[in-house]
Amino acid sequence: MSILELDNVHAYYGKIHALKGVSLRVEQGEIVTLIGGNGAGKTTTLRTICALMRPTVGSVIFEGEDLSRYKPSALASRGIAMVPEGRGVFAKMTVLENLEMGAFHRKDKEIDADIERIYDLFPRLRERRTQLAGTMSGGEQQMLAMGRAMMSRPHLLLLDEPSMGLAPVLVEAIFSTIVDINKQGTTVLLVEQNALMSLEIANRGYVLQTGEIVLSDDARALKQNEMIQKVYLGIE
Amino acid sequence: MTLSQRLKETDWIDVILWLFRAVIIILIVVGIVRKLFFGAGVAYSTKDWLDFITSGLSQGGLYALIALGYTMVYGVLFMINFAHGEFFMSGAMTSAILVGATLDSTGFLDSQPLISIILLIFVSVLTSMVVALLTERIAYRPLRRAPRLVPLITAIGASFFWQNLFRGFFGSAVKPYPVPESLEGRVNIMGFDFLKVRIVVLIASIIALIALYLFVQKTRTGKAIRAVAEDKDVATLMGIDVDRTIAITFAVGAFMAGIAAVLWGMTFKQVNFTMGFVPGIKAFTAAVLGGIGSIPGAALGGFFLGLIEAVGPPLILEGLNLPGVHQLKDVIAFTLLVLVLIFRPQGILGEKMAEKKA
Repeated sequence: MSILELDNVHAYYGKIHALKGVSLRVEQGEIVTLIGGNGAGKTTTLRTICALMRPTVGSVIFEGEDLSRYKPSALASRGIAMVPEGRGVFAKMTVLENLEMGAFHRKDKEIDADIERIYDLFPRLRERRTQLAGTMSGGEQQMLAMGRAMMSRPHLLLLDEPSMGLAPVLVEAIFSTIVDINKQGTTVLLVEQNALMSLEIANRGYVLQTGEIVLSDDARALKQNEMIQKVYLGIE
Repeated sequence: MTLSQRLKETDWIDVILWLFRAVIIILIVVGIVRKLFFGAGVAYSTKDWLDFITSGLSQGGLYALIALGYTMVYGVLFMINFAHGEFFMSGAMTSAILVGATLDSTGFLDSQPLISIILLIFVSVLTSMVVALLTERIAYRPLRRAPRLVPLITAIGASFFWQNLFRGFFGSAVKPYPVPESLEGRVNIMGFDFLKVRIVVLIASIIALIALYLFVQKTRTGKAIRAVAEDKDVATLMGIDVDRTIAITFAVGAFMAGIAAVLWGMTFKQVNFTMGFVPGIKAFTAAVLGGIGSIPGAALGGFFLGLIEAVGPPLILEGLNLPGVHQLKDVIAFTLLVLVLIFRPQGILGEKMAEKKA
């Protein structure tokens, strides 16, 4: 059974028909990437999965359950976490408070232990735990947003353009962390404009163009695909 | 650069604003100097000045308590809740008429002042919170996605609704607010006489402000309120129920207004269905003054406004030989509002509006 399945999802962004029948699957344990240019509907797809937007037609099935039954705020405890575009850290809260917010829905006693695990994953966050998140660099904020998402112990982690605005060396670090997180058992759906990097770490990929999936294949096969090479990898 | 070039590049609005600023500063300085060094106006004793300051600060504490409701609701919704003054009024009237009158006539008020005050606060806070939650649920929540002007007008409508509803319940006459005998008169602290009620109100409002600050900073619910204020979508992703958190924010603001209502009643000893309007507008001024959206800003703005209202007329206006200066405290308050809006729209502690995500 797939962990996530979108079936013929249509969604509107205001009056714009942003998703025109998107169908995709993510299997347990995979890294799946969704690539596409500006305005292709990548962020809308993720927002629809998190129920921040509702599909007008079609369904989002997570672990066998239709998500339309859930309130948007119930999805964190259901096992979905997202690192939003532009990171979305709480700028006026400290690093520690941001991490605590990630565990907002949890009532267990292992929250402090999990914070330590996040600090081990991103030692920079430990150094800066009492600092306001808004005063940190873009890379540090990205680490914080990922750490915060992991605090909810997600089964499925959605990442919206984690490489945006970061220096190449930081992008490398962020992507290798994504691989680590995935190896520890979290399924990842990665939305990227940086197709080269994301196809490098993904098992499979989907290509989204103006609200429609135009191509889907193994990541390796996609890298060899002529259209992908031309449009997204810049190889002539 | 020649003079003519320089003249051409001058923005005349800026020049007028600079002149305006200069005139205000000169007036303030002249007023204070004439008062302090040339003895213009009435000669006040030290006791009088201490009264001005303590009554100003305790009044400021009340403004601060009410201002919190404006600033917190603005923080989560970017909306000025002009019905907030009615949340305050509803608590004051209900506690005075349903409980206060009985406490007073049975003599319980004077024999057990502390229990009586706690009872009054309980009823006042409960009423304010119920009125606030009903307003939020019925008048504001259905309009959450409407353009910003719509909830603003609805708020004014809600304000009229509550005023007239309470007039219907309790009549339009001015009713007395019960004050325990032990709060009447003056108390001697370190050789100076103070009005008891002013000191009690000042201390109570400071305690309430600190409690609220700790609530927002330290508790789970407080953190949820801050998260919703920063980003509703991301707060939802964290598993925070945004609608519920907004309702809680209204309730917390009303809680503080309910406390302020009892303290206000004990200070001015009377209630009426229109009593929410002026304190509401003043507290809104205080919130803008401190920087709307900021909780420490609301507290600071409240105390600042209260103090300048009390000390400004005798200190500045009398020095300018104005007649009837103590009637002019509202002029000071709203002049201050206009000055802040012109020269520092973000308030004392606020951040620039452009940085806020609407």
